[in-house]
Amino acid sequence: MSGTSLFLQIAQAVVLVLFAPIAAGVVSTAKARLQNRRGAGVLQPWRNLIKLFGKQVVLAENASWIFRFAPYVVFTATIMAASCVPPLLVHTPLSLTADVIALVALLALARFFLALAGMDIGTAFGGMGASREMTFSALAEPAMLMSVFVLSIGAQSTNLTTMISHTLNTPIVLQPSLAFALVAMLMVAVAENGRIPVDNPTTHLELTMIHEAMILEYSGRHLALMEWAAMIKLTLFATLIIDLFLPWGISIDASLAGVAMGLVAWLLKLIGFLLGLSLVETYLAKLRLFEVPEFLSTAFVIAFLGLLTHYMLEIGT
Amino acid sequence: MSMSLVQQLVDGLAALMLLVSFALLAQHRLLSVLHWFAAQGVLLAVTATIVAYGTGNHELYISAVMTFLLKGLLLPWLLWHVIKRLHVHREVEPLVNLTLTMLIALGITLFSFHIIQPIEKISESLTSDSMAIATACVLLGMLMMITRRKAITQVIGFLAVENSLFFAAIGSTNGMPLVVEIGIAFDVLIAALIFGLFFFQIRTTFDSLEVDAMHAALQDREDEA
Repeated sequence: MSGTSLFLQIAQAVVLVLFAPIAAGVVSTAKARLQNRRGAGVLQPWRNLIKLFGKQVVLAENASWIFRFAPYVVFTATIMAASCVPPLLVHTPLSLTADVIALVALLALARFFLALAGMDIGTAFGGMGASREMTFSALAEPAMLMSVFVLSIGAQSTNLTTMISHTLNTPIVLQPSLAFALVAMLMVAVAENGRIPVDNPTTHLELTMIHEAMILEYSGRHLALMEWAAMIKLTLFATLIIDLFLPWGISIDASLAGVAMGLVAWLLKLIGFLLGLSLVETYLAKLRLFEVPEFLSTAFVIAFLGLLTHYMLEIGT
Repeated sequence: MSMSLVQQLVDGLAALMLLVSFALLAQHRLLSVLHWFAAQGVLLAVTATIVAYGTGNHELYISAVMTFLLKGLLLPWLLWHVIKRLHVHREVEPLVNLTLTMLIALGITLFSFHIIQPIEKISESLTSDSMAIATACVLLGMLMMITRRKAITQVIGFLAVENSLFFAAIGSTNGMPLVVEIGIAFDVLIAALIFGLFFFQIRTTFDSLEVDAMHAALQDREDEA
C-alpha cells in the first residue's frame, strides 16, 4: 500500500512537471488564436526545451560559480515546490510536508538564486531585472500569504492537505471571504509568473521586462532549465488555486478510478484556468512599471478584506 | 429561498459594499469614480430587494426601486453631466498617495469592526453582521472627503456616506418607514442639484474647483480689502 502511494506521490509530481510546458503552449496558442494568428502549436515549448538541451552553453567571461549553479537550484527548488502541491491525490506519504509556508519559502529560494544569477554577470539588464523582481516579490508574498491565511483560518492549518480536505468536507455556502481571497490570489499569480498586466512573457528586449532581463545571459541547457522552471511555476500556481478554491474532483483515496477521475478533473480545470489567463492577457495592456506596486498592494488590501469579512461575517454566525 | 440563503446573500452583498467603498478610494480617474458610485447605488437597491424578500416588508420594494432610479441612475448621470460641462481634469488628485490611502482605509475598517463588536452581540436582526461594514463604509466615505482636492470628488464622498447610512438603516432596522425614506431621497436629490449649481458658481468665481485654489483666492481678496 505504502509503495503504491509513494509511487503515486512521485507520479503526480512528474505529471505536473511534464505537463507544464504543454500548459505554457496552451496559453500561447490560445493567445495566438485570439489575435487571429495560427500559433506554433501546443507542443512548441517542448520542442524549444529539447532544442535548448542539445545546444552548447555559452558562458560570459566573468561568470562565477553562482551563475552556473543557479539554474540547477532554481529548477530543483521549483520541482520541490511543485511536489508539495497535489494535482491528483490529496493524501500522500509526503503530504505532511505540503505546507503553504514551506511552499512560499521554496519559491523564495528559487527567486533569490534567480536574482543572484541576474546580477552575477554584471550587465545592466540583469541588475535591473533582479532589483525589480525583488521589489515586486516583496509586495506579492505578503498578499499571497494573506489570501492563503483566509482559508487556513477556516481549516485551522496551513497544511495544504488539511485545507483541501476541510474544503471538501464543509457544505457549500456563500463565503464572501473566499471570493476576496481568490481575487487576491489570482492577482498575485499573475504578478509572480510575469504575465501581462505586470510583465510580458513573450518579450526578449524591452526596457520594462523583469523575468527575461534576469535570464538574458543564459544559453543552452541552463536557459532550458530556467524556462522550464518558469513554466512549472505557472502550472504550480494554477494547481494551487484549483486546489484551494475548487478542489472538487480531486481524488481522496489511492484507487485507480479515483486517480483517473482526479486527472481528468485537474486537466479540465487547469485548461479552463489557462484559457481564462490567455483571455485576460489579450484583453489587458501592460501596466506601467510604477503602477505595479499599486496593483500588488491592491491585491494585499483585497486579501486583508477577505480576512476581515471572514471574522465579521462568517465566524460570528 | 431559505432564510439562511437570504442571510448569506446579505452578508455577501455587505462584503461587496465594502469592496466598492475601497474601489471608490482606489480610482485614478474621475469617470471611474463615478462608475463605482453608480455600482454602489445599484448594490444598495439589490440589498434592499433581498432584505425586503427576507423580512416580508413590502415597503422596502418601493424604496429599492427608488434607490435604483435615484442613486443608480439619476445622481451618477447628473454628476457626469456636471463633469462634462465643466471640463474638469480627468485625474483624481488625492492629497496623500493612493497606496497610503488604502492602508489608512484598512486601519479604519479594522477600527470600526472593533467598535461595532459589542453592539453586534446584542443585536438579533437579520442583517446584524452588516452593521460593522456599514460603519466602515461611512468612515471610508469621510476619508474620501478629506483626502481629495477636487470639490466634485468630495461631493461623491459625501454621497457615498449617505449610501452607507442607507445601508446601515436597512441593516439595523429592516427598513425605515417609507415616508422617512422618501424624504431622505428627495433631500439627497436636492442636495445633489444644489451641489451641481454650486460647482458652476464656484468655477465662475474662482476659475477652479480645487479647494486650495478657493482658499488662496479668498486670502487674496482679504489682502486687497
